[in-house]
Formats: sequence, C-alpha cells, structure tokens
Amino acid sequence: MTFLRRQLPLLITFVTGILFAAQYYIPHPSSELMLTSVSKWLQIIGGFALILGVTSLFHIHAVKIRRKEAGWGYSFVLYAGMLGTIVIGLWHGGKETTDGVTTAFGWIYTFMMVPLQGTMFAILAFFIASAAYRSFRARSREAAVLLIAAVIVMLGRVPLGEHLIPISGDITQWILNVLNASVRRAILIGISLGAVALSLKIIFGVERAYLGGGKE
Amino acid sequence: MKTVWTLTILLISCAFTPWNARAGETVSPPQQVHVFDTPDDGGGSLTVTWAKADEEDKSLRYQVLLHEPSAGEPKVIAEFASDTHYVRDAKAPWWTRPAPKDMHQFTIKSGKGIDLKDGTPYAVTVVAIAGDQRALAAPMQTTPGPNWFNWNQINNLAIVVIFGFVVLGSIRAAKRREIFLRRIAGLDAVDEAIGRATELGKPILYLTGAGDMSEPSTVAAAVILGRVAKRVAAYETDLMVPHRDPIVMAVCQEITKQSYLEAGKPDVFKEDSNFFITTDQFSYTAAVDGIMLRKKPAANFFMGSYFAESLLLTETGASTGAIQIAGTDSDHQLPFFVTTCDYTLIGEELYAASAYLSREPVQVGTLRGQDIGKACILVALGIGTAFATASVLFHADFSFALDLVKDWK
Repeated sequence: MTFLRRQLPLLITFVTGILFAAQYYIPHPSSELMLTSVSKWLQIIGGFALILGVTSLFHIHAVKIRRKEAGWGYSFVLYAGMLGTIVIGLWHGGKETTDGVTTAFGWIYTFMMVPLQGTMFAILAFFIASAAYRSFRARSREAAVLLIAAVIVMLGRVPLGEHLIPISGDITQWILNVLNASVRRAILIGISLGAVALSLKIIFGVERAYLGGGKE
Repeated sequence: MKTVWTLTILLISCAFTPWNARAGETVSPPQQVHVFDTPDDGGGSLTVTWAKADEEDKSLRYQVLLHEPSAGEPKVIAEFASDTHYVRDAKAPWWTRPAPKDMHQFTIKSGKGIDLKDGTPYAVTVVAIAGDQRALAAPMQTTPGPNWFNWNQINNLAIVVIFGFVVLGSIRAAKRREIFLRRIAGLDAVDEAIGRATELGKPILYLTGAGDMSEPSTVAAAVILGRVAKRVAAYETDLMVPHRDPIVMAVCQEITKQSYLEAGKPDVFKEDSNFFITTDQFSYTAAVDGIMLRKKPAANFFMGSYFAESLLLTETGASTGAIQIAGTDSDHQLPFFVTTCDYTLIGEELYAASAYLSREPVQVGTLRGQDIGKACILVALGIGTAFATASVLFHADFSFALDLVKDWK
C-alpha cells in the first residue's frame, strides 16, 4: 500500500521529470512527438478530471439546497443555469449557429455569458481607482515616493501631461526602463531560481508535501 | 549520378546568368561558400555561409538559390542587401557559431513554399548581384537531417546541473548545522491570521491561483496549504479552498486530509473544504467574490499565479475587512497585491514559504542553494557591467569577454 501511495508516484515523478527535462535539449522530431503525445494525454486526463470537479460542484450545492442553508437560492440558480445550458447545448449539438442563425445555445453564450464576463472585467477599472486612492495616500515615506512616481508616470503616458510638463515623458521612460525594469528583473531571477530549486526537489523526491504530507 | 545532377544545376544556373557577368568582370562570385545541415535543430533546414566581399555597398545584393530534386530549375529563396545577414545576426552562442562573425549566413527553413525533406540532398548556391551583373558561386550539395542534441543550450544544462549540485550540497550542509533564515513578515502573519479567524469564529479562505499542477507556483501554493491546514486543524477553524482546476482540487484534498491527520484532528476534516467552481476566469472570480461577501472570511490567502482577477479578488477581500496574505510569482500582478493585501510574498518568497514554515533542514538547505545561485548571477552581472563600461570608456574591444558572459545567460 505504501508502495502505491508513496514509492510509485515518486518513481513516476522522477522518471518523467528527468525525461521531460532532457526533452528540452533534444530537438529531434521523435522528442517533439513524445511531448505532443503527452500533451494529448494531459488533455484527456484533464477531461476526466473535469467530471471530478463538476461532481464536487453538484454535491456542494445539492447539500446547500437540501439543508436550506443561508443563500441556498444562489445554489438553485446555479443548478438551473447549469442544467439548462447543458440541456439546450445538447439539443443544438453544441452549435452556436445553424445555417447562419444563432441557436438558443449561442444566444445564451453571446447575450448572457459574454456580457457577464465583460461586466466582471469592467469592474476592474473602478477597483483600480479605489486601490490607487488607498495606496497613494501619502501616509508614509514609501507611500509618498509611490505617489510621486505614479503621478509622473501618469503624466508622461498621456499627451496632455507631456504638453504641460515636457520632461515628464523622458522621466517616465527612465522610471520604467531603469528603476522598474531592474527591480522586475531581480524579482524574475529570484522566481526562476526558486522554480528550478522546487522542480529539482520534486524530481528527486526531496519535496513530497504535494503527495499529501507525511515523511514516511 | 550526383555529378551529372550538379553539372545540370550549374548549367541551368549559368543560363540565368547575364553574359557580362560570366565574362568576368566587376562582380566577383561569393567566396568560401559552405552549405551544411543546420546544426542543433529538428531537421528540415540548411545553412549557407560565405565570406564578406572586399567591397560591399548598397548596390551589391546577394541571392540564395535552392535546387530541389523534383524541380526543373533552381528557386530563388531570398534576396537581400550585402550589409545584412551576418553570422553575428544569427545570435548563436560563440561555441556553436559556424563561421567568423563578419561572414554572411543564411538559413533555409521549410515553409513559405519550401519543403526541405530530411535525408534528401539539395544543392544551394549564392549569387552576387550588382546592377545587371551577376556572379554565382559553385553550387554545393548537402542533406538536411535532425539532431539529437541542441548544443546551443549546453550552457543551460550546465547551469542546471551545477545549481542542482549546489542545492543538494546545501541540503547536506543544512542537516549538519543550522542555517539562518531572515524574517518574512508575511509568513509570520499566518499564525496571526488563523488565530484571528478562530477568535472571530469565521472561516479562512485559501486560493491556489489560476495555474494547473504543472506550474511550480501552484505546487508551492499546495505545499503551503498543507502547512496552513495543519494549523487550521489544530485551532478547529473552518477552511474553504475554492478551485479553478479539478486536478489541483484533487491534490489539495489529499494534502488537506493528511494535514488534519498529522494535526491529530481527522474528525474535524471536511471533505468539501476543497471544492471546484469553474475553469472560467471571471466566473470563478465572481463566485469567490460572492463567497467573500456572504461568508466574510476573517483571513484570505492568495497563493500561486494570478492574472487580471487578482485585484478583483483582493479588493473585494479588503472591503470585507479580512486580513489578507498574498504570495505570487506573477510579477505583473505584484503591485495589485502589494496595494490591497496586508502582507505579500514577493516572487521567490512564495517558494521559500514551505521552508520557512516547516524549518526542515532539507527545505532550508534549498534556500541556501538559491542564495548561492543568486550570488553567482550577481557576480556575472558585475563582471559583464564592468567589461561593458570599460569597453566604452577606454574604446577597447572586450567583445570576447562580453560574449562569454552574454551567451552564458
């Protein structure tokens, strides 16, 4: 049992980890073919895993409706929306248009799903404004520096700003290309080394917490 | 047979060559022409190199001709000015450069009407053109084929191997003696956040990001979840982990269950603490925002990789008054996390979190290995900057030293 739960996954991780790390250095078509095949396997596994996810979703909301927990109406809306879309989608064979005419399934996607997604994305503009207001209040020295830098960059990025203060464009470019880029690169170097170290730990079985903790 | 075929190409090519060029005279044919299978590639490609002419100006142009076995006459693959297509432009590292940097190089690849088949011989030649005059070099025949190793990336492999040994060595050293870890405020606040949630009797929300299990940041987020869940189990606080990826959900379910077992609280574990919402970015965001506003969790953890949804999630969390701890390697989202969260683990701190929370020598040793790696990069940056600055100040040619540092990047 321990072999199936511990050693076998570690062995599979080690072999595939080494194999696909080596794949990066092998340009031969057979190496590319192997990568393509495994990508397809992953897509198939992902498809089956989605069943797991949808089952979890159905289960959670079924329990809420059955127990009439607070906000169970939302769960009911989710059930109605999901089952309704599945039924209509199957009815139209998953097609959004038939002979140039939008099907009910296509209508749901175009006039419900897309606007809802667009609405969520549009909220971002207001959230940026509120987050900027909170962080740009010059309560500390760091916040004051952030505020000044932000004002300069904002001025330098719009024609009116450059018209009012002509040098703001050059200062903006300097802030972005020198200060910002160097800090960003430093962060990226740290991230890359961290990712490589974590990958090595996983490949060589040093990091096993992702298997469900434990040290055996 | 090959000789006959080469002669045929030569004759056909000569038929296209104007009389005055054949006669000799002002335009010289390209010298030192070499045609070979492009090294370090997956096949379907040929490379041709030739020497720079004594006098190259805007009026001189080069044409690369390819003769496919099935075609009757050679095909013009490319025509360009003589001051372009140098070996140095190909950006190959110095150890795989096929010719000196000032020579010309052109790579013929399959696509755009060309189909180079591996194992089939092709003849290639280069023509120099000046006005009406043409002069062609003797056609050379070669066969494209795939390679089993990309020597352009040997530096990458060497660095990974050396870094791997440094990490493993650091782990051994950490087992023998204690290694100092600097304080990470965001991770110190984990206990505070869990304690606060327990006092208020409110749940804890933990997100593992937008990535799947193939991303190191998601693995790091899942590992940290294990440490957080262990403490949450000890306090018997509610934990909610909504997911975007079903595979990540399955992995996190196992991790959480194991953490509750290790904490000695298997009875408190809830199977549905990890649950799937949707793979769609904004539908997921809307659902999590709804959970935040209805359940009002006392602590929100945002670990892993994020995209445009980061601010939508954290700003909603901030409006509910929850203590928020973020950790991400998505550098483009860091400003949003820094402005809206109480603590942010920046980049590598996300990967260091597991070591910091567990204090296991194996984990801490890895951090030391990373620090040594960073020190090496810093030294390389210093050397490169010094050479580049010196070459400008003293008008000296340090191109070899600069290439050495640049190509090892």
